[in-house]
Amino acid sequence: MAQTIASPATGATPATLPLKALAPWALFVGVLALVLLYFIGAEQGATSVFSGTNVHEWVHDGRHLLGFPCH
Amino acid sequence: MNSVTIRNLLVRGMLAGLAAGVLALVIAYFLGEPRVDAAIAFEEAHSHSHSHGDEVEVVSRGMQSTAGLATGVLVYGVALGGIAALVFCFALGRIGRFGARATAVLVSGAALLVYLVPFLKYPANPPAVGDPDTIGQRTALYFLMMLLGILLAVGATILGRRLAPKLGNWYATVAGGTAFVVAVGIAYAFLPAYDNVPHGFPGTLLWQFRLSTLAVQLVLWTGFGLIFGHLAERVVATRAEEAGTTAEAAPVAT
Repeated sequence: MAQTIASPATGATPATLPLKALAPWALFVGVLALVLLYFIGAEQGATSVFSGTNVHEWVHDGRHLLGFPCH
Repeated sequence: MNSVTIRNLLVRGMLAGLAAGVLALVIAYFLGEPRVDAAIAFEEAHSHSHSHGDEVEVVSRGMQSTAGLATGVLVYGVALGGIAALVFCFALGRIGRFGARATAVLVSGAALLVYLVPFLKYPANPPAVGDPDTIGQRTALYFLMMLLGILLAVGATILGRRLAPKLGNWYATVAGGTAFVVAVGIAYAFLPAYDNVPHGFPGTLLWQFRLSTLAVQLVLWTGFGLIFGHLAERVVATRAEEAGTTAEAAPVAT
């Protein structure tokens, strides 16, 4: 790491991106992506936010083929 | 400016995830769907107590295997592409002397590893396999195992970095890898196993189904690593050029 900070312009190792700039993106996008993955992978299987089986049935094949426990 | 770089990399990550998702969708449709159909045929032929034929079909098989499958795989690709892009932003320049493309491929490899950790204990199951009574436990354990894989991989990386000055890069990497495998093995030994394969379910079909799910992941992450690496290289290269010009300009100015 000390090398990259000392010589950011050598081109061999790219400069690091500061963690302060990365943190809000990581938090927001991370949470959003996890919500999406929850609806694709687990909604109306183990737990349900919405009642019924529409979400489960719609993504049924994707769930099986992506390796999520489906039923 | 760094925020702009992160934004550019995130957008490219989601686009690369979408493109890799399309590739994975092709594999899922042509390799996976025939096995899903065969498993459903087995399920319907062997269901004595509850016949699925009488149930009202909420979503038709035709929709499930096309639009439904596409929704699942593409949203999965975009969401994980975004996450992988942010992991890339963190890893860039921090994991050794790797350029943008090599870092992208390494992040993809790590993602595949994170998929494999729960898969080896709780593999993908076709329809007809799996007891609905234990779906809650199996889902919880699946995600727990995935989280464990991520934490252990991070732990092994930190361990490897700590050992590197003493042992050298090669043996520090070997030690970190060994620690990871041993820790995952211990987790496998203690977490409960589920054997839900119904009597008479064809072994070949189960094997082919699981292979096809692995093929989907392999194509998704290989595609993502190569496509995102290509796109990220441009963003990072532009940054390096800017840094280069300012560094060169500085001595002239003084």
